[in-house]
Amino acid sequence: MKVGQARTPKLTRGRERVYMQGYAENDTIAAISTPLGEGGIGIVRISGPRALEIASRLFRDPSGKRHRTLKPWGLRYGIVVDPETGEEIDEALASAMPAPHSFTREDVVEFSCHGGIGPLSRVLDAVLKCGARLAQPGEFTRRAFLSGRIDLAQAEAVIEIVRARTDSARRLALANLRGGLSAAVVSIRDDVVALLAELEAAVDFPEDDVGEPDHAAITRQARETASRLRGLAARARCGRVYRDGVTVAIVGRPNVGKSSLLNALLGRSRAIVTDVPGTTRDAVEDWTNMRGVPVRLVDTAGLRETDDPVERLGVERTRERLDEADLAIVVIDGSEPLSDGDVAVLRRASGKGGAVALNKSDLPPKVSESDVVPHAAGMPVVRVSAKAGAGIGSLEGTIARLAVGRVAGVSEGMVMATARQQEALERAAAALDEAARGVDGGAPLDLAAIDIREALFWLDQITGRSASDEVLDKIFSEFCIGK
Amino acid sequence: MGGHDADIIVVGGGHAGCEAALACARMGASVLLLTLGWDTVAAMPCNPSIGGPGKAQLVREIDALGGEMARNIDATYLQMRLLNTGKGPAVRSLRAQADKAAYGARMREVLRRERNLAVEVAHVVGVEVGADGSARGVVTRERGPVRAAAVIIATGTYLGGTIHVGDRSWSSGPQGQPAAEELGHALAKLGLRLARFKTGTSPRVRKDSVDVSKMQEQRGEVLPFGFSFETGGTRPDQELCWLTYTTPRTHEIIRANLGRAPLYTGAITGRGPRYCPSIETKVVQFPARERHQVFLEPETRNGDVMYLGGLSTSLPADVQEEMVHSVPGLEDAEIVRPGYAIEYDCLVPTELLPSLETKKVPGLFAAGQINGTSGYEEAASQGLIAGINAVLKIRGKEPFVLERSEAYIGVLIDDLVTKGTCEPYRMMTSRAEYRLTLRQDNADLRLTEKGHGLGLVPEERYERFLARRRLVRDEIERLTGTVVPGDAETARMLAAIGTAPLQAETSLGDLLARPEVTYEKLAAIDPGRPVLPQDVVQVVEIELKYAGYIRKQRGQIERARRLESRLLPLHVDYWSIAGLSREAREKLSDIRPRSIGQAARISGVSPADIMALLAYVESGRHRGEDSELGV
Repeated sequence: MKVGQARTPKLTRGRERVYMQGYAENDTIAAISTPLGEGGIGIVRISGPRALEIASRLFRDPSGKRHRTLKPWGLRYGIVVDPETGEEIDEALASAMPAPHSFTREDVVEFSCHGGIGPLSRVLDAVLKCGARLAQPGEFTRRAFLSGRIDLAQAEAVIEIVRARTDSARRLALANLRGGLSAAVVSIRDDVVALLAELEAAVDFPEDDVGEPDHAAITRQARETASRLRGLAARARCGRVYRDGVTVAIVGRPNVGKSSLLNALLGRSRAIVTDVPGTTRDAVEDWTNMRGVPVRLVDTAGLRETDDPVERLGVERTRERLDEADLAIVVIDGSEPLSDGDVAVLRRASGKGGAVALNKSDLPPKVSESDVVPHAAGMPVVRVSAKAGAGIGSLEGTIARLAVGRVAGVSEGMVMATARQQEALERAAAALDEAARGVDGGAPLDLAAIDIREALFWLDQITGRSASDEVLDKIFSEFCIGK
Repeated sequence: MGGHDADIIVVGGGHAGCEAALACARMGASVLLLTLGWDTVAAMPCNPSIGGPGKAQLVREIDALGGEMARNIDATYLQMRLLNTGKGPAVRSLRAQADKAAYGARMREVLRRERNLAVEVAHVVGVEVGADGSARGVVTRERGPVRAAAVIIATGTYLGGTIHVGDRSWSSGPQGQPAAEELGHALAKLGLRLARFKTGTSPRVRKDSVDVSKMQEQRGEVLPFGFSFETGGTRPDQELCWLTYTTPRTHEIIRANLGRAPLYTGAITGRGPRYCPSIETKVVQFPARERHQVFLEPETRNGDVMYLGGLSTSLPADVQEEMVHSVPGLEDAEIVRPGYAIEYDCLVPTELLPSLETKKVPGLFAAGQINGTSGYEEAASQGLIAGINAVLKIRGKEPFVLERSEAYIGVLIDDLVTKGTCEPYRMMTSRAEYRLTLRQDNADLRLTEKGHGLGLVPEERYERFLARRRLVRDEIERLTGTVVPGDAETARMLAAIGTAPLQAETSLGDLLARPEVTYEKLAAIDPGRPVLPQDVVQVVEIELKYAGYIRKQRGQIERARRLESRLLPLHVDYWSIAGLSREAREKLSDIRPRSIGQAARISGVSPADIMALLAYVESGRHRGEDSELGV
């Protein structure tokens, strides 16, 4: 198979100089492209003009004797060997994706090896020994972007997929990669272009029968579009919950079962918690997954009035943790009557919001929901038994619902957006509101057009288009022009 | 000049050629203007009007730079109106009905009086190119080679011109003169790419054969200014225009005869302008419209010929007759000249640098309709810029290029040389992204300094300009610096002019920003104001009233300037820059943009390509390659 792209420059002097001065992205890069950890399978990806050549130097048939050729679009089973010593490193499945039909639009080979940092890094070493360069973080995505394979929103989505902590986050990012956010923005953008075209037609063709634009209709359209953008921004914020997750502090009097609840919540879901680099695994906090929402659970010291200076320090830290958290789970021992201490904790947590866990449901109840509700400031009450594992699923559902609803007030049709895209959405909405406000306040149409163009500018920051010619096309297709 | 018949030769005496020749001569170069006929110099072969949205701004900019078109129309108009008065300060636009005969006659007189300028009737058949590949002059049928240091081609629609009326077609220029066949071939031989465009014009009728009583009268306006900053207001005795409409019967006639319409039979292959469609196109594309406007416009003062604006057509003459007679007021109209379509060759404008010099033949410039534009104003603007740059070129100076944020002329030329055009290009205000700063009232404030620097604005006029600029600045300063007290007395006066009382002390400038307050109304609480000319008041009022929007626009200009200031090296091999799409490589290699900003405007160059270019420029910068940058 032919390797590389049709890039055979004639080396005139000028060309050579430019070639030398670099930003030469025609080298071949490689990296481990699955999260490091004890996963079942790990992937080493190679991209660039030499990908196929490098891969075939390393790859032998199962006997380990003969070089194994790679078939485009086929999976081949074989052995990866050290190119210098011939030593077998790992058995692997290799897949070759020739340019331009790969993620980077370059030749790409992927070795699926046994997971685990040991074999993977030895395979990578072997690839690097053959002349590939270690990819910088995000470099595959950058190549995909630069090759025009994906747009900016999509490129950002890839980063999100890589960083996704839960399946829901990954699904959202995947939808974005397929153009979810771009598609939503493009449809709104079309409306903005149409609105602008209406103003511009009236301004540029005053003597044609295009009719005076209806000022009330313009402000209405501008406001409607702004509110659709805000809706999209809200859905995006909601998506951010799935990506960034929420922090939930578990608070309560001492010995109400906070730690066992933490363990129950973590234990139930530990199997699907992914390894996230940088997350500390100390005893008092950990990430878990509640209905797709990444949740950082933080255990705290019991809250009570105390004179003991050491204990007071602990209480102080608990308050800080509660302040920093997005939500609280107030744990109450349901097998004992509601105490003043419980009420004090409820009051403290009520500003934060969250759920009340009436623990120890396996014991005869001494506290009813109706005892708690007057102090709970609207926080839902869930009966659980940390020890028996009862009610844990229901508590998770409640927290997940609160986490999503809290941020956006919506729970359907979420999209994933980066902070940059979020800002662009909000600025576009603000510009449209400004246009509406201007027209309402008697500003002439040509000035309203400035704000509408500003809105387009921000939408284009997401989709990466430019509008000027489209407005004209719209004018000519919608209005009969031509004195 | 050694061996030269003139410093500069201008081929063509239309609006581009006239401005080009005058600019060269006024800058001190000797000019030879070659035209097919003396009588057709500065002719208006299409509609008898100048100005309108976007175009009026061009004319004022031509004037601010020292060109002639504005003064010429101010001296010869039949009717003048200010359009878009209700739609905002950026788009207010003058529009004049021209006296075609007087316009041409006055321009010819101006040419005749200009020292350094000679006009000769000649048929140019080729361009002379020296051993170094640069233009050395032209070849005429009459005289053979004529030598000059630079050549400006401004031949309008004469290159390969073909006129169509129904199923009849013949080789011709627009005014019945022969088409220029050889010159087009000569340009193609130099490697310049040509495109084929089409434009159309309307039937002309005898004035005394129409019944204007069935039409709406359209009057001119008495205005405090004209196109030129040097002429005063308009006069009250203006000619009338009339408005009538096509009928369902008109549309029936057109539909029944589409089989004989060259636009629909395939006889015409050139691309026509979308903003100026023929009546047959309008009827076909907008079948739901029950009527279309028809404007009756006089072609000359007290003349016998009326132009039927809106009825551009290339239907057969007998169908035109039937069609015209179906329009109220035109039942007995006598057609003096039927409408026609003209197909012509033009240069692909991406063959040009922003100076309007061709990339392939140094010293050869092109201006006007030959560059794919339409309209007298667009032509004149390019003529002026080509003239200026031809002189700068032979003097070894840097070219004169206006930015998009400085002038409509900058927008026009940047659009042409960056994006090219797939139809005859007409200026519109919506093409100018910074139009609030490119108004017709401030064209002199934007450009006259530059015009003076080039030697196009005489000292005397420059003094008048400086005085006006001082008045504007002083008055803005006075209004923003004058504080109005928040007392009861003021509140009463504010109520009298219909605006809310003050919450706190406010400047007169801030008060003026209220939508309901005007400069005139403000007089009640501004007893100390100076007496100012109305054109000064107008600029001051707009600058203060829309200060917030103007600031916003300045921000947008600054934002864009970041990309405009990232210059691209002169000789880049775009095929060696990683990450560019194939289409981008082709377009960039062809157009050779000066900056990343210009590259971003090229169609087919995506944001991803721009990222790759930025990365490329960055990597060059790191290696200290800046010295190679820029034009």
